[in-house]
Amino acid sequence: MSGDIDSTILFEGPVESTGRRVWLRLKQNRAALVSMSLIMVVIVAALIGPMLSSYSIDDIDYDAIAVAPSISNGHLFGTDGLGRDLFVRTMEGSRISLLIGVVATLVSLLIGIHYGAIAGYYGGRVDAVMMRIVDILYSMPFMFFVILLMVFFGRNIFLIFIAIGAINWLDIARIVRGQTLSLKQQGYVEAARIYGASHWQIIKRHIIPNLFGIVIVYITLTIPQVILVESFLSFLGLGIQEPMTSLGALVSDGAEEMESSSWMLIFPALFLSLLLFCFNFIGDGLRDAIDPKQAD
Amino acid sequence: MVTYFFRRLLGAIPTIFLIILISFFLIRLAPGGPFDFDRTLAPEIQANLNAQYHLDKPVYVQFGYYFLDIVQGDFGPSFQYKNYTVTELIVQGFPVSLQLGLSAMLLALLIGVAAGMFAAYKQNTRLDHLVMTLSMTGISIPNFVVAPLLILIFAIGVSLLPAGGWNNGAIQNQILPIITLALPLIAYIARISRSSMIEVLRMPYIRTAYSKGLPSFYIVTRHALKPTLLPVISYLGPAIAGLITGSVVVEQIYGIPGLGRYFIQGALNRDYTLVMGVVVFYGILIIALNLIVDLLYGWLDPQIRLHGRSNVR
Repeated sequence: MSGDIDSTILFEGPVESTGRRVWLRLKQNRAALVSMSLIMVVIVAALIGPMLSSYSIDDIDYDAIAVAPSISNGHLFGTDGLGRDLFVRTMEGSRISLLIGVVATLVSLLIGIHYGAIAGYYGGRVDAVMMRIVDILYSMPFMFFVILLMVFFGRNIFLIFIAIGAINWLDIARIVRGQTLSLKQQGYVEAARIYGASHWQIIKRHIIPNLFGIVIVYITLTIPQVILVESFLSFLGLGIQEPMTSLGALVSDGAEEMESSSWMLIFPALFLSLLLFCFNFIGDGLRDAIDPKQAD
Repeated sequence: MVTYFFRRLLGAIPTIFLIILISFFLIRLAPGGPFDFDRTLAPEIQANLNAQYHLDKPVYVQFGYYFLDIVQGDFGPSFQYKNYTVTELIVQGFPVSLQLGLSAMLLALLIGVAAGMFAAYKQNTRLDHLVMTLSMTGISIPNFVVAPLLILIFAIGVSLLPAGGWNNGAIQNQILPIITLALPLIAYIARISRSSMIEVLRMPYIRTAYSKGLPSFYIVTRHALKPTLLPVISYLGPAIAGLITGSVVVEQIYGIPGLGRYFIQGALNRDYTLVMGVVVFYGILIIALNLIVDLLYGWLDPQIRLHGRSNVR
């Protein structure tokens, strides 16, 4: 039995779709809208910014070592202590940070959705044990374990993706479990069970697809967390390695030179904070739009 | 209540064991041993070193030694700080971290709860939006950005406060680290107590209190405060974990000789025993603190004493 037929009938009717309703509500949230446009600008800048500049990420301009930002010499954000163009590096750093944000978030979604759906769907003792584990993990200083992982397995970028994703699924698991608890009471789940669908099929076909809305919210709220974790690691020198860079690594470099050349700190710090700020606002706005009961 | 306490205490033991196990095996998996020097040692010396630290035994025997030692409060000698045991380093570093963490927590609770309740009381006014925007800023700007900016402003700009160092815990050395640690906590606590307070203010008994003609200040402090605090208290567990993580960065930036700093040094130097010791120590500490938080929660909310915590979530 496929749920597709039903859903097309539902969405073609005169009834407003949930997505549209959410969008209409979100449009009234000015902070979220501004954040969305800002993020778009940062993404576009991060993607094409480096191409527009005549410097590349590890080009050294020997005539301009640690120079302040100026338009005349082409270094919009100035250069770092090695004479590398800070505009290009900030853009590349934003790109890496965004990439890690998205990929690690997907990893955490994959774990969190399944974990939460299974716990919520089976309920009872399974649920109690699984959620107790989440409770325990919640209060762990998880950064410490990521740091351990980074120390052992070298500072491989893919490992960073996975390690960060693997620690960030707790929120999602909790939310998904709560949703699943109410979803499994729905008529269509019962119907599927009567048709003889297995538990796993029900989870896959009927529970997880219906978690979409809440998952979107948590994607936007998890991305900034992940970016934060990555920059934290890079700041401590345990994340992205040279010549690649991320916003955290740039902030770290900048913090060392800030006394003499504050631009090295200010531009990456600005971009990092801007990204985190915007994602948080969008996530908040989306949550309010999807679930007006929680908002106020 | 007593049964509840012992049940939670019993539940904590396997968790602690698990933490020890995980950190032990994670470190064993690491490529590169502590005695891989640039200059190769004579095989006899290498063997002696390995024997000294039980590295020549099978892994499970190593774990057995390690576990027995930990139960006795002995985390072994540090691999890098040759004249210190890990326990000595923890005893040295932890009080410093604790002092900063406690101050930051108190500061965050005071300001966060007050700001959140104020915003809820003035819900949907300009002041409410201001508080919420500020708290979003606090959540969004990471502490390793806040710290250099604070130094830039207060130490380099107006040279009011020292840029770093501990100076045996002089007040002026503590101000910036404490603020840095507390800011994100203030922001989270403000948001939590705001939404909690909004819910509480809708309760019938609050309406009753208003209809009796009680002054708002009295209602807020006497009727609304305690239930508003419940979600804040359940946030204390993650908050403690956040503080500990934050202390790593803060101690690194301000050059404070706390435990977080030893941890990062240990991680960078592959100091197995130090890193494991710190992780296990903090793990046990966090479990103990969470137990206290749970008891506090039970004391504030009588429902839990009867049904256990899961019913409320």
